[in-house]
Amino acid sequence: MTRRYSALSLLREGVNGQRGWEPAWRNPQAKARYDAIVIGGGGHGLATAYYLAKNHGLTNVALVERGWIGGGNTGRNTTVIRSNYFFPASAAFYDFSVKLYEGLSKELNYNIMFSQRGMWTLAHDRHGLEMARRSANAMLLNGIDAEFHDEPSVRARIPGLNPDPRFPILGGINQPRGGTARHDAVAWGYARAASALGVDIIQNCEVLDFIIEGGRVRGVETSLGAMRSDRVGMAVAGHSSVIAAKAGLRLPVSSYALQAFVSEPVKPCLDTVILSPATGTYLSQSDKGELVIGAGLDLYLSYAQRGSLPWMERAAAGVVELFPRFSRLRFLRQWAGIVDVVHDSTPILGPTAVDGLFINCGWGTGGFKAVPAGGWCLAHLMATGESHPLARAFGIERFETGALIDEASASGIAH
Amino acid sequence: MLIIRCPYCGERPELEFAYGGQAHIARPLQPSDQNDEDWNVYLNLRANPKGWHSERWRHIHGCARFFNAVRDTRTDHFLATYKMGEPAPEVPST
Ligand SMILES: Cc1cc2nc3c(=O)[nH]c(=O)nc-3n(C[C@H](O)[C@H](O)[C@H](O)COP(=O)(O)OP(=O)(O)OC[C@H]3O[C@@H](n4cnc5c(N)ncnc54)[C@H](O)[C@@H]3O)c2cc1C
Ligand SMILES: [Zn+2]
Repeated sequence: MTRRYSALSLLREGVNGQRGWEPAWRNPQAKARYDAIVIGGGGHGLATAYYLAKNHGLTNVALVERGWIGGGNTGRNTTVIRSNYFFPASAAFYDFSVKLYEGLSKELNYNIMFSQRGMWTLAHDRHGLEMARRSANAMLLNGIDAEFHDEPSVRARIPGLNPDPRFPILGGINQPRGGTARHDAVAWGYARAASALGVDIIQNCEVLDFIIEGGRVRGVETSLGAMRSDRVGMAVAGHSSVIAAKAGLRLPVSSYALQAFVSEPVKPCLDTVILSPATGTYLSQSDKGELVIGAGLDLYLSYAQRGSLPWMERAAAGVVELFPRFSRLRFLRQWAGIVDVVHDSTPILGPTAVDGLFINCGWGTGGFKAVPAGGWCLAHLMATGESHPLARAFGIERFETGALIDEASASGIAH
Repeated sequence: MLIIRCPYCGERPELEFAYGGQAHIARPLQPSDQNDEDWNVYLNLRANPKGWHSERWRHIHGCARFFNAVRDTRTDHFLATYKMGEPAPEVPST
């Protein structure tokens, strides 16, 4: 059986007719009792399960996923990774995540195709320019790589930008360490590595309720029966309010549809990531050659996972405004995911009012970049009962104390 | 594209409307009596159901008036829209 992926194992399997590969992760029967249960097989849940085993030696762990792993937002996102935040607490957390991403292919022995091709935010008016300077300065003060560029320098780096745009391109900031990664590979890589350490990954298993005794969580009721554990972590993104309600908790979360689409594949023509807040779009090119285009949030509560036509049109118009040469590309696919938005665009990661029940949510439109750090910190919390220092400011109590970390207005993080 | 019925102007495309959040939330009558927990409930905690939801919309690019609606967040299907001050229609149980 071939377990480790390497040039040598590829060669050996090539010679052996590819017969020795084993499934990337086991498909076990659920047990009645675990030391820890993680709800949600997106990036955050899978990373949590992996770090529980890897960092804390907890291997009697179940990860319970309603559908298939990576079928939620993790497999639907536009895969931009960056740490261009404003406040020190966010910058430290997200940059730790980028650093984990930098070593992740090696750590997991799985090629997640992290390509640090830079991440540009364009400024289209004087105020945007001032915000860009402020943002670049904040990043530098937070110890994060940032470059401010004026118009000629933006145009020199990004060929093909509209020479005569309706919304002038006055400048922009670049985070050179930003980039993209293969989203499915992040989910599969964590799943494979967690499974190898003993974690049970249980798919097609929906959590229906919590078992709570005396104010303490004792397990979960699922579509495959009860599973008991005194530690439960939930990372269910857009469904956070629905699941939390089963434990009697109310969250300051709104679920909205966020959509994206890809064009037909073309030869390499865009080697960085571009975000243009003013035109309401952002894009990059995948290794397959598709342009990956993201739109804005449909700003009404929805679990319908569709994405509205006006926003799709707006994003497409934005792309054509930025790059007239893309105007004749055809759409290949469109989809949406249900994202968990909170007022201050800062995650919720901490304990809850129910002992032993921990929560990871509030990533909104930008939690793919946070997968390694979010999993790291939730695992730390579940294993030790203490919030990880990097996530201490992200507790749900901030909505009562008022200690919000308002990235929404500070760094203009979308929505 | 959603077609939304403004109770004043009739059916119009979604483009003309702005969402206004959960309906029937009243500002506290005595703000000074509220503690931190009350403020959290009033400011931050909103219904986020997977199912029927009573909500406000505004026909911002039309008559500009606010009105209420009941919509199923699973399908985005509108059960009804009604004027401010009118009683909410009966919501199906599922
Ligand atoms: C179109 C789009 C573009 C995006 N672009 C970016 C981007 O460029 N960069 C970035 O950083 N972020 C981006 N995001 C956000 C990012 O995708 C999410 O924040 C991130 O994937 C959240 O990961 P997660 O593990 O918390 O959630 P998910 O991947 O959604 O996983 C949650 C899982 O919980 C499962 N679940 C739900 N209910 C139950 C239940 N009752 N029982 C068991 N399992 C359950 C779901 O099936 C799902 O698999 C984007 C999102 C979308 C939709
Ligand atoms: Zn009207």
